[in-house]
Amino acid sequence: MKNQQTLRHADFPLSPRAGVMPGKGAAFLKSFRKLCRNPLSASGVVIVAVLLILAMAAPWIATHDPLVQDLSRVLSAPSAAHWFGTDEYGRDIFSRIVYGSRVTLYIIFLVTIIVGPIGLLIGTVSGYFGGWVDSVFMRITDIFISFPSLVLALAFVAALGPGLEHAVIAIALTSWPPVARLARAETMTFRKSDYVVAAQLQGASAARILFHYIAIMCLPSLIVRLTMNMATVILTAAALGFLGLGAQPPLPEWGAMISTGRSYMLESWWLVAFPGAAIMLVSLAFNLLGDGLRDLLDPRTE
Amino acid sequence: MTRSRYLGLLRKLGVIAITLFGLLTMTFIIGRLMPIDPVLAVVGPDADSSTYEQVFREMGLDRPVWVQYQYYLQAMLSGDFGRAILTGSPVVDDILRVLPATIELATVAILVGVGLGIPLGVYAATHRGRLGDHLTRLITLFGYSTPVFWVGMVGLIVFYAWLNWAGAAGRIGFAYDGMFESYTGFYLIDTLLSGNLEAFFSALRHIALPALILGLNSVSFLGRMTRSFMLEQLSQEYIKTARVKGLSERSVIWKHAFKNIRVQLLTIVALAYGGLLEGAVLIETVFAWPGFGQYLTDSLLMGDMNAVMASVLFIGLVFVFLNLLSDVLYTLFDPRTRS
Amino acid sequence: MSVLTVEKLNVTFRTDDGAKHAVRDVSFTLNNEKLAIVGESGSGKSTVGKAILRLNSPSTQVRAERLAFRDQDLLTCSEKAMRTIRGQHISMIMQDPKFSLNPVVSVGDQIAEALRVHRRISRQAAREAALDMLREVSISDPEHVFDQYPHEISGGMGQRVMIAMMVIPEPDIIIADEPTSALDVSVQQDVLDILTRLIEKKNISLIFISHDLNLVKKFCDRVLVMYSGQVVESIKASDLANASHPYTRGLMESLPSLRHRRATLPVMTRDPAWLAQGGAP
Repeated sequence: MKNQQTLRHADFPLSPRAGVMPGKGAAFLKSFRKLCRNPLSASGVVIVAVLLILAMAAPWIATHDPLVQDLSRVLSAPSAAHWFGTDEYGRDIFSRIVYGSRVTLYIIFLVTIIVGPIGLLIGTVSGYFGGWVDSVFMRITDIFISFPSLVLALAFVAALGPGLEHAVIAIALTSWPPVARLARAETMTFRKSDYVVAAQLQGASAARILFHYIAIMCLPSLIVRLTMNMATVILTAAALGFLGLGAQPPLPEWGAMISTGRSYMLESWWLVAFPGAAIMLVSLAFNLLGDGLRDLLDPRTE
Repeated sequence: MTRSRYLGLLRKLGVIAITLFGLLTMTFIIGRLMPIDPVLAVVGPDADSSTYEQVFREMGLDRPVWVQYQYYLQAMLSGDFGRAILTGSPVVDDILRVLPATIELATVAILVGVGLGIPLGVYAATHRGRLGDHLTRLITLFGYSTPVFWVGMVGLIVFYAWLNWAGAAGRIGFAYDGMFESYTGFYLIDTLLSGNLEAFFSALRHIALPALILGLNSVSFLGRMTRSFMLEQLSQEYIKTARVKGLSERSVIWKHAFKNIRVQLLTIVALAYGGLLEGAVLIETVFAWPGFGQYLTDSLLMGDMNAVMASVLFIGLVFVFLNLLSDVLYTLFDPRTRS
Repeated sequence: MSVLTVEKLNVTFRTDDGAKHAVRDVSFTLNNEKLAIVGESGSGKSTVGKAILRLNSPSTQVRAERLAFRDQDLLTCSEKAMRTIRGQHISMIMQDPKFSLNPVVSVGDQIAEALRVHRRISRQAAREAALDMLREVSISDPEHVFDQYPHEISGGMGQRVMIAMMVIPEPDIIIADEPTSALDVSVQQDVLDILTRLIEKKNISLIFISHDLNLVKKFCDRVLVMYSGQVVESIKASDLANASHPYTRGLMESLPSLRHRRATLPVMTRDPAWLAQGGAP
């Protein structure tokens, strides 16, 4: 045990992490500043921040109750009283969009915490052990990848029945394979590297190597991938909502808002224009952020 | 062909067989999970209990799951996908009927994707780090981020309701429906073959907007892929060689760098074409385009299990086929794999 | 009159960590001769070669008091004028044919293209010329090799194709950037012999960039020794044994030799003062 201690604190870094990060906080701040130097990624950061604030402070930001109907003000155009107009029940669209940000974040958050660990686990195990474990896992991901994700999600929701939770499960089921593929590819590049071999020579267990030496190295590209994935998740969730298979009324989900607004769109464009713009903006923000993070964390792909 | 190439091909086919088997298994599982009672869907809600029992047994639902699975596999492998409840005809016939509309839409869309995306990607790569590159990045990210069904609606509002440039929903104006012979199922071709120019322009006016919007996603995808492929090639030594020879920048880009990514692009275009099916599900709903995507969503909303599962399976098949195709294209056209 | 004049050439790279001064005040003239530029990796020798052809990446800044091919200023001339210089007057042989040949164009077409850029000749005539050129670089079956792709030929063959490609427009200067380092030792001499024969036959001046002092001693007329971006010594190849600069002497002494066996190879000592002097002492 003592031997291991001295080895780990030797001059040469056994893990490439050592020495690279002088102080984690300072390094993070430096990276963050670098990220914000690119105007595109910076705007991504800003939009995501606005989304978070909207969701947290929705009751204070919204001008109206998102669910209260006012039949005297049905389908009124954007005005000072209703910035984005009202829908077919006279509900304030601005307020519904503000509250809708909670639904969006809820979906993104749930899908990501399901997909990230599952993809990482399957990918690293598959890549590290190789052999039949790898073959089995990769054939399974092949099957999932051979469907376009929206179609597969549609099939799952059809099977499970419409609803927000079911949509989350369906999206998660369809979006883990690319993450696993990525983690596997990364693992295979690290598996044979000297620092892993050094850890093996020290007698570290496979689990220890996987978690402490390999999974941690996969994280940067995984984070990039998950961030970009969030953009796709938003779009898939909105598409499911649009087809009436996702969040159900009266929940102010943006895709579902577009779906109901569709019947009135030729006369009352604001019913579809604003929720759609919100979807686009948030999805774009995550894409910009992911792009910027990739340049920062994963310069190999450039 | 060498021995190793044969083995590679065999391996590939093995993987495809396993994937297909997996697809069937997955659709079976999804089918069993469905909350909709498949018997009720066939007999209707008013049927008495004896009819119900009879159909229940006919469908093999009283047997153990693995026997049902076996029946399912047998039926699927013999090409029997069951009947669609909505239309009453075999699902296969339904799919074949709606397919031309989708292929026509997707083909025009991929032309848009290739025609705009590839030049955009080359432009961005050759202007790396400059304003044009950043703008391209922004444009392609927009393309990735916009919900295609929403752009479709905005397009309808602006170009149909406000400007009246585009045709309304559907494949062609009502007046021309049935006014020309159906040779191929592709209206753009059929109207021309029938010599009905007015009908042709009506079809063109109807397809332009949905195809353009459907193609936007492939513009982004192909643009970004082209950019990164080109950047990879432009950093190679042989590019320097080409410059040393005194070639113009144009020749360096198109005759040398681009020539090296053509095969890669071909495979990517094949994949993008498959990706269009996904967008078609949404865009066809918005534009009331009577194609495969609309068939799928209609069946979905009607709870027509046979039709949904067959459609999903069909899309899986198309994807597997396109993947195989892109592999084949690669080996056929790349001199490095051809020897 | 000299073919190439370089006076106080400076090259700086812009990097994330500020500017890096890769070449400092390098001056030399090239006559009809074989000039070697020798130095360790990172000494800036390849950068000099690229700067002459203006092939550095856009983030590189090249300055000089004079950089001229005969009377033509290479620093200020238009990109179009530069293109007529490249290939036709100055060309360059790269290190590794594995990377420097286009993998999806047949080798014959690549050679013919080098000629067709500068001459208005038919496809057929260019093909004939390329076949002749392949014969000149001692390729025995040119018709067959013409249609082969780079991955189908060996490294030595690839470098001969590269030479054919660079010699075919009959330039005045060839810059050879470590042309044999990537090759098998067994074919290095063949390739050098072919290169020597061709440049002497066509009266081409050569700039031979290398790290191999031994090779250069036998093969070139004059040697520039570069250290950390500067020329520290300019000397006739035959005088190398009497080099005055401590760095050159250090390099010479570290050459392994069968005749003078040593227990240890001497360690190169470096003196910061070499840089302060700014050039040859």
